[in-house]
Amino acid sequence: MSKDKLKIAFYWAASCGGCEIAVLDINEKILDVIQVADIVFWPVAMDIKYKDVENMPDKYIDVCFFNGGIRNSEQEHMAKLLRQKSKTLIAYGACAQLGGVPGLANIANRKEIFEKVYVTTFSTANPDKTEPKTEVRVKEGEVDIPKFYDTVRTLDQVVDVDYYVPGCPPAVERTLFAVDAIAKNELPPKGSVLAPLKSVCDECPRKKENKKISKIYRTYEKAPEPERCLLEQGIICMGPATRGGCGARCLNADMPCTGCGGPCPNSPEQGAAMISALASILGLEDEKEKYTEEDVEKLMSQVKDPIGTFYMYALAASILRRKVMKK
Amino acid sequence: MKKILIDPITRLEGHGKIAIFLNDAGEVENAYLQIPELRGFERFCIGRKAEDMPLLTSRICGVCPVAHHFAGTKALDAAFNVEPPSAAKKLRELMYCGYFIYDHTLHFYYLGGPDFVVGPDAPPEKRNIIGVIEKAGLEVGKEVIKHRAYGQRITELIGGKATHPVCGLPGGMSKALSEENRQEIEMMAASSVEFAKFTLKLFHDIVLGNSKYVDLIKSDAYTLKTYYMGLVDENNKVNFYDGKVRVVNPNGNEFLKFGPKDYLSQVAEHVEEWTYVKFPYLKKVGWKGFVDGVDSGIYRVGPLGRLNASDGMATPLAQAEYEVMYKTLGGKPVHSTLAFHWARLIELLYAAEHALELSKDPEITSKEVRNKPGEPGEGVGIVEAARGTLIHHYILDADALVKDVNLIVATVNNCPAINMSIRNAAKGLIHGDKVDQGILNMVEMAFRAYDPCFGCATHFAVGQMPLTIEIYNHEKKLLKTVQR
Repeated sequence: MSKDKLKIAFYWAASCGGCEIAVLDINEKILDVIQVADIVFWPVAMDIKYKDVENMPDKYIDVCFFNGGIRNSEQEHMAKLLRQKSKTLIAYGACAQLGGVPGLANIANRKEIFEKVYVTTFSTANPDKTEPKTEVRVKEGEVDIPKFYDTVRTLDQVVDVDYYVPGCPPAVERTLFAVDAIAKNELPPKGSVLAPLKSVCDECPRKKENKKISKIYRTYEKAPEPERCLLEQGIICMGPATRGGCGARCLNADMPCTGCGGPCPNSPEQGAAMISALASILGLEDEKEKYTEEDVEKLMSQVKDPIGTFYMYALAASILRRKVMKK
Repeated sequence: MKKILIDPITRLEGHGKIAIFLNDAGEVENAYLQIPELRGFERFCIGRKAEDMPLLTSRICGVCPVAHHFAGTKALDAAFNVEPPSAAKKLRELMYCGYFIYDHTLHFYYLGGPDFVVGPDAPPEKRNIIGVIEKAGLEVGKEVIKHRAYGQRITELIGGKATHPVCGLPGGMSKALSEENRQEIEMMAASSVEFAKFTLKLFHDIVLGNSKYVDLIKSDAYTLKTYYMGLVDENNKVNFYDGKVRVVNPNGNEFLKFGPKDYLSQVAEHVEEWTYVKFPYLKKVGWKGFVDGVDSGIYRVGPLGRLNASDGMATPLAQAEYEVMYKTLGGKPVHSTLAFHWARLIELLYAAEHALELSKDPEITSKEVRNKPGEPGEGVGIVEAARGTLIHHYILDADALVKDVNLIVATVNNCPAINMSIRNAAKGLIHGDKVDQGILNMVEMAFRAYDPCFGCATHFAVGQMPLTIEIYNHEKKLLKTVQR
């Protein structure tokens, strides 16, 4: 292992594996990475054990890319261990940055999730209501599995994070941008999101005509005109409230942005920013000077499932964080 | 009693581990494959918008997002009581073939293949993609990278994004295929047919040309006599995207054939305390514990499950190879776990041939890709993920919000059998404290054949699984550690 080469690590927590694929999708460019860096820990790909990481000196790893949120005790342990061993820790992808789709589980707690998964799902045959336990005595001896928490946390709710790479999964350009900045030692100030300072709207080729809308359509209810802004056609698109850097890929497929890039630089509460954007465009067909509460209620009741719509990826990172836990 | 811990084997978003217990005579008493991860999709999808389900459930797996995306989309077709236009169905199937080209290529060259191409007893540092390239040549390596990327590109052109596509809607697809993109797909599909033929030739030369490997495939340690499940078309040919679920018994005779909405009367899931996954079984036979045979409801899915459950392949080259496989391995059904690898390559060829057919279909660029959905209700969608039968079941309320949801994920179907395969390999190989490198790889091979999803996202960069076996005595005192 060369001394002047950077030492890079990759790790996953509560995620789907898509972030691993996103790293591999840089294809032949991985060879450039290997020119400037040694990969010292990548359990998906390399034969290095947790114990080997524990044996590393503190700050031995130059840069650690960490994807996935924190859902159980093992993930929390690894987050803390890798923070201790890494000079720079990067939250890679929507789950590490914002909790991601699995963070929607914060509408429930451990008990409710176990009840659903292990007892009441249609195909489960479990009359004794058996549930997995952290420590179990089987016929032959003891076995254990990690503790499942009530709440999904973002990486920076567990340890100090230096940078964020947004996206679900991050676009190839975002990964390359991060790698390039690291290789050239040109990383921005600590705490930065490694993406352009613009929204998805700014990257979207669709035409905006500053039109108001009075009716909201679900994606299956209306085939949109291909060249025009989806929001101005009544389809909720998270583009105005979502950080760009993805090339507005979903819009190219005639589907709205669902917000995987996380909040824009100056409006950290993504859902609230989108509600505000929607409020500025949504109105009654007959314009009024002043709307009654009833008018507003009528308009906003068209928005179904506000949590899933405005916080598909960022519930765990939002000021809402989770549903109130009853003691 | 002694306990041997293999930790981590690899991951299901975290890591899986295997605990092996030895009795006083030093023989393997039992083995447990433990999955330490749960995310609870069945709970947090409740209350979400119906049309978001193909997007949300795609996040169950970033390696096979296309399978979840279309299982979800098909469940919505059923729930909204709408048939997509013929062109939309063909587009979905074309994208689905792209996904299979990418995924099966990945598995053979990066994950499962090295055991055969380089050799099960080759040094561990050679048993990976680099070793495959050394043996097969650099040109082959370039072709592998190219065709994995082709599969991803086909998905991206139709689905918007390769990982976590966005195109599926109840009643159709969000966008039609342009002629320019169709041409690119046709070129990639034609190239993939040649690549799949080449890959099978490689398999024949290196694997089947070596009687040692053939003996290994046929050996008892890797044999399980189970039921098999897979989707078939109206001619009982393998189909990834649509059709009926067919189940054959361990003797190869048709045992069940059912449509998506009847799955609950045929399949149930058993819960254990020591792992976060559930264990599916055939209701008519029942859960009898981790045993094989005609009296146990355990079944297998995935490439070998599909081929065993079918009467053949719907494309000519794949069909010819299907016949060769059964002739070589002694007729249907094939119970050898290692035959999953061969079956996977036959499917790679089918996926490429079928993608080429679809890309040349005059209807594939039709602008008619959406039909108007009806009223929201209840629906089940079933597809074949690369790793096996995948079931999504949604109940929607009047606002088309999700009221209830059930998911039976591909790898989960195989979990009872994977547990048994590991136990059998351990029993055959571990005697007392004699645990060495060979055992690690033999145990690994037992479950690697299934391409389990807790490994699927994992090994393909180097093809190496981190394995540690620790042997404890009954006082938890560490006696021996074997590491690779």
